[in-house]
Parts: sequence; structure tokens; C-alpha cells
Amino acid sequence: MRWGVAVFPGSCDDDDVVHSLRHVLGHDVRTLWHKDPFDGRCDGVVLPGGFSYGDYLRAGAMARFAPVMQGIVDFAATGGLVLGICNGFQILCEAGLLPGALTRNESLRFVCRRVTLRVEHARSPFTRTARPGDLLEMPVKHGEGRYYADALTLDELRDHGQVLLRYADAVGGTPDAANPNGSVENIAGVCNRRRNVFGLMPHPEDATEELLGGVGGLTIFSSMAAEVERRNGA
Amino acid sequence: MLVKVFVTLKEGVLDPQGKAVENSLHSLGFGAVREVRVGKYLELNLDVAEAGDAEQQAQRMCEKLLANPVIEDYRFEVSG
Repeated sequence: MRWGVAVFPGSCDDDDVVHSLRHVLGHDVRTLWHKDPFDGRCDGVVLPGGFSYGDYLRAGAMARFAPVMQGIVDFAATGGLVLGICNGFQILCEAGLLPGALTRNESLRFVCRRVTLRVEHARSPFTRTARPGDLLEMPVKHGEGRYYADALTLDELRDHGQVLLRYADAVGGTPDAANPNGSVENIAGVCNRRRNVFGLMPHPEDATEELLGGVGGLTIFSSMAAEVERRNGA
Repeated sequence: MLVKVFVTLKEGVLDPQGKAVENSLHSLGFGAVREVRVGKYLELNLDVAEAGDAEQQAQRMCEKLLANPVIEDYRFEVSG
């Protein structure tokens, strides 16, 4: 599995992603500098968390125009797997690759804690090694993570099974108390209709080793690797 | 040409900042305040001669970058 990890000025979780992919999973990884064009020669691309371009104007608003992004948009258009984590999720929404937007947390506070996520659909390259209803633990750390989409978009997301993860409690319920930021319908992660672009606010790269308190994040990366293996084998 | 751009959250999009400001105003005794919405204000100095040209450019800038149409509305004023 060959990964590309985008690096923007202000990215700060790129090294965590690289570490998880290279040293925990043993995959090939290269970083994709924001000023360089991207040739698409990867099996999967990750847009990491952080504060690209200082989060000026709106989180993710500037990064979508970085030179590297055109190649990533083309890569996605050919079916390539693209994962956006936290600020990466914000960038994918700003770029129009994912529906909806991420807005200021309802509490107005930066939230930094472990959350439980319920897998809604396993029929995706990002959750294929899980089962619907599985609970994954990962940390969140963001100030602008409240997912918003209008009623029409929410209907479409439901109809096409695009909500892959929701914030949940320990028994798999989705009460308000389990929602760290006020996201509509406890939505933590959504994919596009084609199911090859996925964004989530929680950080799978910070939950890949027991030393970090759990391995809930491995499911996302392992699923993508399994999908690539399936594609290459077919 | 000076372009003044106003970006506001769409109706129906929760505005926690506005809510916090509203609560503060209430606690300061401004009980008449019913709702507060917080937005953004940008001033752009454009090196163009015609107001129509400035308007066209401002429109494109709002669509491409300055506002996110999923959550925000915008309007702008052009002056000489």
C-alpha cells in the first residue's frame, strides 16, 4: 500500500499519520508538499489535521486552492481513495468533494477528548473491516467540528448510506451527551456518493497503538488497505 | 474602488457566537435584545476604474472564496 500524506503550512498531524502508516502498519508513505503538483501515483491519500493556512477566513478555505489539491481532486475523480481527518475533512467540504460544512462547536470551546463512534455502514472502503454497530474509540481535538448540512442534503446522505460514523455512547446509543460538538444527527464522518472520499473529525492516527490508549483508528486505515488489495487482486 | 463585503450565516444555521453575545448583552441589562447573529466584514481595495467591473470581480471572489454557500450568505457594496 502506497500512501501520500498532504502537508500544508499549518498542518500538525501529518507526522502522526506518517508514523501510524509507516511504523505501525508497515506501509510505504510519502509526503505531498502543498506547493508541488501531485502525480496521483498512490493507492490512498490522507489530508491530515491541523490549521492549514492558519484557518484564516474559514477552516480549510485556503488549502483547497493549494497546487497539490488539483492533483488530489483528479485522483478522487478517477476513484482514488481520499481520507480527510479533522482539518482534512474541513478542506474536503470546502473543496466540494464532500457535502456539508464544519462550523464552530456549539459550546464555543475547543474540545479535546476521547469519543466513541458507531459504525453505520461497513459497505465502504473506509469501514469494510468493521461491522455495522461496531464501536470505535478515537480522540477528537477541534474548535470547528460541528457538522452541518441542510435537510435536503441530510436526506440524501441517509438515502445513500453516506454517514459512516456517528458519535455514540458506550452502548451504541446516540444521545446528545455523546456528541462533542453539536453536529447534526451526531454525524462524525461522511463519504461522497461514490464512496471513495471520506472525511471525519476524530483522529484515527492517534488511536493506532495500545500505548496511545487504544487501536480504534486502525479500522479506518486497515479497511482502506483491504480495499486496495481487493482492487489490485480483481 | 472600495468593495465592502458582508458575510453572514444563513438563516437556520446555528450561531453559537451570536448566542453567547446575546447572553452577555442580556446580563449587561440590554433586555430588548432578541437575537444576535455574528458575521464577517471585509474591505477590498480593487485597482479597477469601473464600478461594474468591481462588482463582477467581487461577485466571483465571494462565490469562489470569501463565502461558503453551504452555510453563508453574502452581499457587498461598491464605492469609488
